[in-house]
Amino acid sequence: MPDFGPLLPEHLSEIVVGIVLFLIIWFVLAKKVVPAFEQTYAERTAAIQGGMEKADKAKAEAEAARDEYQAQLATAREEAGRIREDAKAQGAAIIAEMRQQAQTESARLLANAQTQIAAERAQAMHELRTEVGGLATTLAGRIVGESLDDDERSRRTVDRFIDSLERTPVEKS
Amino acid sequence: MSGLSSLLVPMEGEGDHSGWPPSAESFNSRPLFPELGPNFAWLNNHMAQAVIGALIVIGVWLWLARRHSVVPGKRQFFGEQAYNLVRNSVARDALGPDFRKYLPYLLALFSFILVNNLFGELFVFMFPTFSKIGYAYGLALCTFILYNAVGIKKWGFAHYMRKMTLPEGVPWPLWFLIIPLEFLSNFIVRPFTLALRLFANLFAGHLVVLVFVLGSTLLMSMSEPIGQFSVGLMKTAGAVGIVFSFAIFALELLIAFIQAYIFTVLTAQYVASSLAEDH
Repeated sequence: MPDFGPLLPEHLSEIVVGIVLFLIIWFVLAKKVVPAFEQTYAERTAAIQGGMEKADKAKAEAEAARDEYQAQLATAREEAGRIREDAKAQGAAIIAEMRQQAQTESARLLANAQTQIAAERAQAMHELRTEVGGLATTLAGRIVGESLDDDERSRRTVDRFIDSLERTPVEKS
Repeated sequence: MSGLSSLLVPMEGEGDHSGWPPSAESFNSRPLFPELGPNFAWLNNHMAQAVIGALIVIGVWLWLARRHSVVPGKRQFFGEQAYNLVRNSVARDALGPDFRKYLPYLLALFSFILVNNLFGELFVFMFPTFSKIGYAYGLALCTFILYNAVGIKKWGFAHYMRKMTLPEGVPWPLWFLIIPLEFLSNFIVRPFTLALRLFANLFAGHLVVLVFVLGSTLLMSMSEPIGQFSVGLMKTAGAVGIVFSFAIFALELLIAFIQAYIFTVLTAQYVASSLAEDH
């Protein structure tokens, strides 16, 4: 048998001791050390993922709040516009109504005034007719010296006169 | 002379051995209880340091795994950095989404090898445990069993053997060549290269350290000229050698880390190749 020198173990126990020690280390690391490290890593991953999820949630909430706010703002704007339109329409209606009322009123006043004027005119005419007739008869009687006490005759005369008076401007116009 | 160098490098061989020149015998273990006789020779200093290494690994990891919080403190941050080195850049890269199943194995492998390798440069031992090839064989055997076991469990024995010895698309006349080669590569070469790579790097590294430290000490302890070499020259050379040994130590620190890393990465790769859909 050739001499293997240091390539052969000095004691076979070296192999056994090496294997046994290694197996013990393996066992301890597999039971205690590696699980501890892996658990730490898993917890760290979970913590990071949890933080990211929390951030996502907060972002979603912020976005929802913003959307809601914008929706409210839009509604408010719309309402404001509607109110403004309403007010404008109401204003126009009021103005139209007022105008209408004013027109009606003015028309009524005008009609009243005209009626009154007509009435007063008629009355004045009537009064005039009586008074002017009297005055004219008196005046004419005084001038003519003719007694015009005969009422019946004098009234006819006056009427005839006034009729002629009334007719004259009509004919002229 | 021998007194001084064995004081500096206490793992030197048996009492009457001068320690110079350093050889494979410089790596011999010393029984902890010589009075018990050769039957208890296995209870030696290197086994003790392997046990202490394992205790350190377990203790440090348990300490680093204690009282974790989502926001890590300094201790937990350091623990996570070390843990992530194996978890992310070894296990997850090689094994994909199912890496958690194999993570304890890889983490144990990496930390056990790293601590024992650092024993070569640090602490009180000044001897890398895995320059005793038995320990390297032990770990390689574990990895060998692991990657074959997961392969057989997933594919069944026949399918697994076929997968590991016959790559797809090989024309049948080449089978006589390919099948023995693949078998040799996947079932013999893999575990032995794992063990030998680890062992040889640390063995050679420690041997270089011994040469520098012991040789420099020897030169510095010279009191008579040898041939044309004056005492002053030899003492100067010894001092320079001691200074250089620090560079060697730094290199060994790097190698200690690299070898632990490679062993772990290759284990992950072997497991991944056993589980891979097509080979």
